[in-house]
Amino acid sequence: MNNIEATDIHRKVRQIVTDLKHKPGALMPILHGIQDDLGFIPEDTVPVIAEGLGITSAEVHGVISFYHDFRLTAPGKYTVHICRAEACQARGCRALESHAKERLGVDYHQTTLDGDFTLEATYCLGNCATGPSIRIGDDIYGRITPARFDELIDKLQTVPLAIQVAPAAAEKEEDRSHG
Amino acid sequence: MVKVFVPRDTTALSLGANEVAAALQQSCRDRNIEIELVRNGSRGLFWLEPLVEVETARGRVAYGPVAPGDVPGMIEHGLLDGRPGHPLFLGLTEQIPYLKNQQRLTFRRAGVIDPTSLGEYVYDGGFIGLRKALKKIPQEIVDEVKTSGLRGRGGAAFPAGIKWQTVLDADAHTALSPYSGRKFIVCNADEGDSGTFADRLVMEADPFMLIEGMTIAGLAVGADTGYIYLRSEYPVAHEILNEAIAKAEEAGYLGDNILNSGKAFHLEVRLGAGAYICGEETSLLDSLEGKRGQVRVKPPLPALKGAFGQPTVVNNVLTLAAVPFILAEGGHAYANYGMGRSRGTLPFQLTGNIKRGGVVELAFGITLRELLQDFGGGTASGRPMRAVQVGGPLGAYMPESQWDTPLDYEAFSEVGAVVGHGGIVVFDDTVDMLEQARFAMEFCAVESCGKCTPCRIGSTRGVEVIDRIRADQERNDNLELLEELCDTMEDGSLCAMGGMTPNPVRSALHHFADDFCREVAPNDSKPQPTEEV
Repeated sequence: MNNIEATDIHRKVRQIVTDLKHKPGALMPILHGIQDDLGFIPEDTVPVIAEGLGITSAEVHGVISFYHDFRLTAPGKYTVHICRAEACQARGCRALESHAKERLGVDYHQTTLDGDFTLEATYCLGNCATGPSIRIGDDIYGRITPARFDELIDKLQTVPLAIQVAPAAAEKEEDRSHG
Repeated sequence: MVKVFVPRDTTALSLGANEVAAALQQSCRDRNIEIELVRNGSRGLFWLEPLVEVETARGRVAYGPVAPGDVPGMIEHGLLDGRPGHPLFLGLTEQIPYLKNQQRLTFRRAGVIDPTSLGEYVYDGGFIGLRKALKKIPQEIVDEVKTSGLRGRGGAAFPAGIKWQTVLDADAHTALSPYSGRKFIVCNADEGDSGTFADRLVMEADPFMLIEGMTIAGLAVGADTGYIYLRSEYPVAHEILNEAIAKAEEAGYLGDNILNSGKAFHLEVRLGAGAYICGEETSLLDSLEGKRGQVRVKPPLPALKGAFGQPTVVNNVLTLAAVPFILAEGGHAYANYGMGRSRGTLPFQLTGNIKRGGVVELAFGITLRELLQDFGGGTASGRPMRAVQVGGPLGAYMPESQWDTPLDYEAFSEVGAVVGHGGIVVFDDTVDMLEQARFAMEFCAVESCGKCTPCRIGSTRGVEVIDRIRADQERNDNLELLEELCDTMEDGSLCAMGGMTPNPVRSALHHFADDFCREVAPNDSKPQPTEEV
C-alpha cells in the first residue's frame, strides 16, 4: 500500500469512527462500517480506531479476532460461504464442501490465486428446509448441487464481452442454428 | 388490476424468486397486461417456493414451485384468473392442508401481507396490542403476559412475565454510569441453531409485529430504547427490518412520543459478526457493548444488570412477537393453546432431509412423528428416516423409538431431549452418527467463546477421542473417556455451549451405538445399544 492510499484509508476510517462513536457499544458498528467500505479492516487502522474510541489497540484486536466475520486481510472479489451445519449436512453439504474446495483449489479461509474467490465456512444461513445452502456476497442460494455450484462460479468468472452484433449478422446466426 | 404475490424472503430468493418476479413482469408487458406485483413474505411452505399467488374473488390461489421458465405457460393457462389447468396449480392457498392444519398466531400474517407496508399491518389488526398497552399501567401489561403463560422461545423456556416483572421492579440507578436510570429491551435475533428460521421469517414476513412487541415490552418495564441483535447471516432480514423501523418512526409508532402518548421508545438493529455464542444472552450483551462475545457469570441476572450494566429484558424474536397478540386478545386467549406448562403455540421448523420443509405453527403437544409424517411427508431422499435432531446443534439426536414424544418442554426433558427453538433436522439412513457426534465437538471447538476450559479444550479433545474410536484405537477405553469428557463439559461450563454439546454426542453414542462400533472383532465386548438394535 503506498502512502497516498494509506492516508486515504486512514481518513476514511477516522470518518467512520467519528460518525459512529456516539453510539453505545460503538465498536461493533464501527468495525462493520469499515469492513463494509473497505472489504476488511487493515491492520494499520487498528490504532486509529483505538485512538478514536479511547481504548487500547489490544482491545480492538481482541474484538476483531473474536468474530469470524472480521478480517485483517483483503478478501477476494467474491466471498463464498458454504453452510456446514447439520440441516445442510443432511442434504449433502459434506460432498459439496469437498467439491467446492477442489473446484476453487483452496481450503477454507483462503483466496484463489487470481483473487476472485475467498472460501469461508458458515454455520447456518437459516435456509435449512432447502439445503445445502451457500452465500455469495449478500445473496443466498438453496439446493446447491456440485453442478449448480459450478454454474454459479462459472457465471461469476465469465467476463461479458462488449461485442455489438449487427442485426443482419444476428439473423444469419439464427438461420444457421436452425439448420 | 390483478394482484400477484411473489415472496421476497431468504428461502424464496435462494430458489430464484427475483427471477420469477422479473419473468412475470416481462411476460405481462409482452401481453400488454397490467398487474400489481406484491413482494410478500413467505407463507413458510418452503418446499413450494417460489410460491406465486394471485388474488381472486374466491381468495388467493397458489402455484408452486415456480421456475422463471414456467411463467409464460402459467399466464396462458389462466394464472391471472387463478384458473386450474397448469400443473403447478395448487388451489386456494389457505386450503393447502399443510397450512390449513396449523394454528397460526405468530405467523398469521406471514406471507399474507407486504412486510414493509405499515398500512396492511394496521389493516390486519396491527398495533391494537400497543394501543391497549398505552392505556394500561406497566404492572397491568406485565400481568397480562404472566397470564398468557408465555415462556421464552429462544430455548431456555423461562417465563417471560416473571422476567419482565424483575426488570420492572429493578432499580435502574447506578452510581457513576452514564446509563444510570435507564432500562433496555434487547431482542435476541441471533438465530444460530441449524434447523431454525422462524425468527428470520418473522423479521422478513411481519417485522412490524416484532417492533410492536418490543415497544410494548418497553412500556411494560419502563425502557425507552431497544436493540435487535441480528446475526450477520441474515442480510435480507436486516434490510427489511431497517425499512420497517424507518416507516414506524415516520408514522409515530416509534420515537419520542409514541402515538402522542408522551412515551418514548427507540429501536435500532445491531449486527452480530458470525459468532454462534452470541445467541447466549450474556455473550450477546457483551457483544452489544462492543466487546468480545464472552459469556458472563450469572448472577447478576441480565434482568438486573444487563446491557450497559442496566436492567434489561432479553427475549427471543418469537417471544416478543407473541406479545402483540397477548395484549390485543388477552393473556387468557393465548393460554388457551398448548398443554401442561407449555402454553401457546410454537412454530416448529421442519428441515434437513424432509420432503415438505417449512414452518408449522401449532399448539404444544403434537408428537414428533405426526410432524414428521403428516406435515413433513417423510424424507426428501425417499429413504428411511433414521435420526432426528431437535432443538439445534446442542439438542439430542432422537431415534425412532422416541418419535412419539409429545412436543412440550417437560415431556422432551423427560427423555433427555430439548425442544429448544423448535428446529427439527431430519436425517435419512445414510447418516453416520459417529460423524455427527464428531461434528458436535468440532462445532463447539470452533464456536466456544473460550471462557471455560472444559468447553474450549474439551471440545478439541472430544474430536480427537472420537477420531481414535473411529480408527479403532483402544476403542473401549476411548468410549469411556468420551463419557467422562462429556461429564466434565456438562459440569464445568458456564453456559449451554459447553454444557449441552454432550447432548448430541451422548444421544448419538447411546441410541446409535452401532456407528461407534464398526470393525469391532466379534469377541470384543462392545457397549450395548440402549435403543436401536
